[in-house]
This record gives sequence, structure tokens and C-alpha cells, in this order.
Amino acid sequence: MINDLYHETILDHSKRPRNFQLLEDANRRAEGYNPLCGDKCKVFLKEHDGVIDKVTFQGAGCAISTASASLMTEALKGKTIGEAETLLAKFHDLLTTDQPLPKDLGKLMVFSGVREFPARVKCATLAWHTLRAALRGAGEAVSSE
Amino acid sequence: MPTVTSLDVSAIRKEFPILAQQMHGKPLVYLDNAATSQKPKCVIEALTRFYLMDNANIHRGVHELSERATQSYEAARGKVQRFLNAAKEQEIIFVRGATEGINLVAQTYGRTHVGAGDEVVISALEHHSNIVPWQMLCEEKSAVLRVIPINDRGEVEFDQFEKLLNRRTKLVAVSHVSNALGTINPVRKIINTAHGWNVPVLIDGAQAVSHMRVDVRNLDCDFYVFSGHKVFGPTGIGVLYGKEKLLEGMPPWQGGGDMIRSVTFEKTIYNDLPYKFEAGTPNIAGVIGLGAAIDYLDHIGMDAISAYEDDLLEYGTRALENISGLRLIGTAREKAGVLSFVIDGVHPHDAGTILDLEGIAVRTGHHCAQPVMDRFGVSSTTRASLAFYNTREDIDALVAGIQKVKEVFTV
Ligand SMILES: Cc1ncc(COP(=O)(O)O)c(C=O)c1O
Repeated sequence: MINDLYHETILDHSKRPRNFQLLEDANRRAEGYNPLCGDKCKVFLKEHDGVIDKVTFQGAGCAISTASASLMTEALKGKTIGEAETLLAKFHDLLTTDQPLPKDLGKLMVFSGVREFPARVKCATLAWHTLRAALRGAGEAVSSE
Repeated sequence: MPTVTSLDVSAIRKEFPILAQQMHGKPLVYLDNAATSQKPKCVIEALTRFYLMDNANIHRGVHELSERATQSYEAARGKVQRFLNAAKEQEIIFVRGATEGINLVAQTYGRTHVGAGDEVVISALEHHSNIVPWQMLCEEKSAVLRVIPINDRGEVEFDQFEKLLNRRTKLVAVSHVSNALGTINPVRKIINTAHGWNVPVLIDGAQAVSHMRVDVRNLDCDFYVFSGHKVFGPTGIGVLYGKEKLLEGMPPWQGGGDMIRSVTFEKTIYNDLPYKFEAGTPNIAGVIGLGAAIDYLDHIGMDAISAYEDDLLEYGTRALENISGLRLIGTAREKAGVLSFVIDGVHPHDAGTILDLEGIAVRTGHHCAQPVMDRFGVSSTTRASLAFYNTREDIDALVAGIQKVKEVFTV
């Protein structure tokens, strides 16, 4: 069970998060907060003509939330805003429903083990909630509650 | 002096049926006692018996059942009085828990004695429930909340406390034992010093009563609060002890049945202590369950419990100190029941999940004490908290669990 949750890819991304930096020329950004564990997450987007050129994040969090943010930034690069919204919805379903696992989530499938750990779902969704706030222009802090 | 062997822990564990189960295929190791304690059979049976045989409302029936319920309820008040060594039964007010006890004092004593520019003193070790009620009061009254700082071990800086006291200080509210770090505060000295300024002191005993004998007359505290569920009793019941003279001078808090002697639309005469502060039908079963928990603790003996737990805490401290990359948060010279720690390169939330999969229940997070976390520069810790039914084997399991955590994260 430990390995279902702490998949190799998750451990890798939590130790060496990708795109883990401030994005100076971001034109969308948002900050998220998980009041349960005190974790914070900032997401920065550079979007041009509806396409996400660059996306980065910052924040201190557990392995699940850090890896989720890191893999999210990789998955979003080059996507349109519409595609990003679709991905967000699918990722949410992956974690929170007991429907059969979606197929087309690529590397993000490593989070499928999280649905067995209800106490950790919010860790995995923090970056994504923050992404949604950034996409929808609600620039203020959001909470993953 | 009672010795460690004076506790027959394997017999004691049989009284707590919940402990004898498996979690994720491993024996349950319950180390989250600071959040809530488990209940012995006698408490569970007292609740069952009450609802099976004795249930009725109290203080109002002429019938036999009501008489029985009232007697059991009031007998439990006597048990709490003796448990705390209070002078009188009327000084024991039943509330929902420590939180409600503190709010009661803030809303009655606080609102009548704290005015603009006055000061209330708390410590940097407090649980949110001993911070927020005072913040609310200070905001309402334009008063000032002053905070006694703590040192790197997590001990209050007593000389700083002395400097905080002045003519404008109207109340001091500090914990007896810190829930986040386990620090035992020098409450007797704090109370003495505050009394030198004629300032009353509220002690939040939520984390103390399960670990040590508490004597409110010896402490000379003015108010003392605790929660039943943290001393092996039910949830939803707690105690506010107050000195009779102070309680008598305080306005009632909530209005309703039981707290009045007579009501007309022109004027209501309030009831005597303790009923003045017990409006409405109380948690009767909860009170009776708490009484059963106190009987049980009397039977085991608080001194024996303290001695046993001191030994266990020392064993645990030494065991954790030997783990490389682990830092204990809270290393006060006087501690009870709590081992709070962080592991390099591992977030407490992840440690908590892996420990859970090993059957070990701990708390991770800020423990409702965010200012304490800020003081130590961490956002959260992993906390193992003890009760007298825990054993050295539980500590060994924790240590093995932590090694597992370190393996998974290769730290
Ligand atoms: C030191 C301290 N004070 C107060 C409380 C609040 O207790 P309750 O939630 O039972 O009212 C707690 C509970 O964790 C505590 O540890």
C-alpha cells in the first residue's frame, strides 16, 4: 500500500520538483493554502493567445502536494486554457470518485493510489485548485478545503 | 514512591478493548492521546447502564428515575471535586469541554473585569482555544493581549512573564501542559507571581489531568478547565473549576432552564452555584461517564500513572534522539506525555501516513498551536502522545515505523 501511494515518480518529483521557481513574466498567478497542514502553493502562468507557454510553482508541502504541483506544471505546458480545464476536471475525478480510472492522464496516473487515502486527497489537489484560481483570474488566496 | 512495576499494564490494556485491534494488518499502536484518549470498559458500561436503566432528566422529576439520574449526576460532581481537590462541590461547573470553560470565563469574568487599555496575559505555548477567546474579548473591549515568550526548549521565560505584569493586567491564562510540545509550565510560580498583582489566573489543564495529580487548592489557581475526553471519559463533557467567590461575583453566561430560581417577565432571580452556569439540560450521560473515568483513575492511582509515564517518556525521548535526521521539537526539562518531532527531508504529513500504514496512530499538523510552530520555524510536526496504557513496545514500534519512513524517502 505504501508503494501505491508513494510511487517512484511521486518520490522523484517531490525530491526534485520541476519548474519550481518564480515566473517573473507571469500574467496569471494564484496562491493556495491547505489549512489542514499549513501547506502553501503559488502557481504562475504565462499564457499567450489562450495557450499556456510557461507554468511554474513555489511552496512548501508534503511529498504528495509537491509532486502533484510538479507533474501538473509538466502536463500543462503547451496546453490551451480549455485543455487545462479538462485536465483539471479529470484529475479531480481520478482522486475523488470510485469510477473506473480514466485512461488518458499519462504520468498523472501515478496519483491513482491517493483515492484510497481520503486524508491525502487535499494534498494532491492543492496545486490544481490554485491553478483553477489562476485560470479564472481569482488572484487571491484559495484554500483546498 | 510508587515504582514503575506498580502498574500492571497488560491488565490495564484489557480494560481498553479498542486497543486490541489491527490497523492495515498490524497491531494498533495508539499514540494520539493528546487529541483524545481511549475509554476503559467501565466508562463505556456506565454510559450504557445509564441509558439502559437510569435515563431521565435531572433536577426536575418527582419520579424515581429522575431521582436516580440526579443522584448519579451530582455524585459525579463530588468525584470531580475530589479529583481536583477543590474545596466545594459548587465550584465544579460542568461544561462541554476545556474550550467552553475558557469561553465561559472570557465571556463572564472577562467581560465584566477587562476594559479599554487593560491587559490579558497568555503564553506562546497555548492551544488556539486559549488564544482566540481572549483575542475576541480584547477586540471587543479594546484591551491588549500580551504573550509570554518561550525559549528554544519550549519553556516559558519566567522573567519575561514578571516583566509583563502591571497595573493594567486583569487576567493570566496559561496551559498547565502544552499540547504541542508537552512542556509542563511552572504554574504554581506563575499563579503566585500574578497574585502578587492581585491578578487571577486561569489554568488550561486539558493536557495535564491525564498525566498527573492536580490539586487546585495547592496551586491556588482561580480557574481550572479540562475536557473529559482527554481523561478517558466521553466527549462533549468538561469541567470548569472556579473559586466560589469569583464564580459568585460573575454574571451568568447562558440563560435558560436550571440556571434560574424564579422567572417573571419583569425579573429573573438566578440560581445558586453551580447551577447558575449550567443552563438547560446538560450532558447527563457524559457527566456520569466522566465520573466513572475518575473512579477508574482513582483505582489505578495518579501517582503511579505519573511515575510510569515519566519513565516511558524518557525511554521514548532517548529512542527518538538516537535516530539520525530526527529533531525533537520541545525539549523542556519538565515534560509530560508528548514527543513532537520533525524528520529531515520528510514532511510530517507523509510521515503520518506511512506510520498509519504500520498501524501507528499519531497526529501530524500544527496541533491547533500555530504560534508554537512559527516559533520553531516549522509548519507542522509529527506528534506521538502517551497514556498509561502505552508501553515500551509501542515506542519500539514507533521507532521502527520512523525507520520505515526514512527508508521510503531514502533519508
Ligand atoms: C492544551 C489544550 N487546551 C484546550 C484544548 C481544547 O480541548 P477541547 O477541544 O476538548 O475543548 C485542547 C485540545 O486539544 C488542548 O490540548
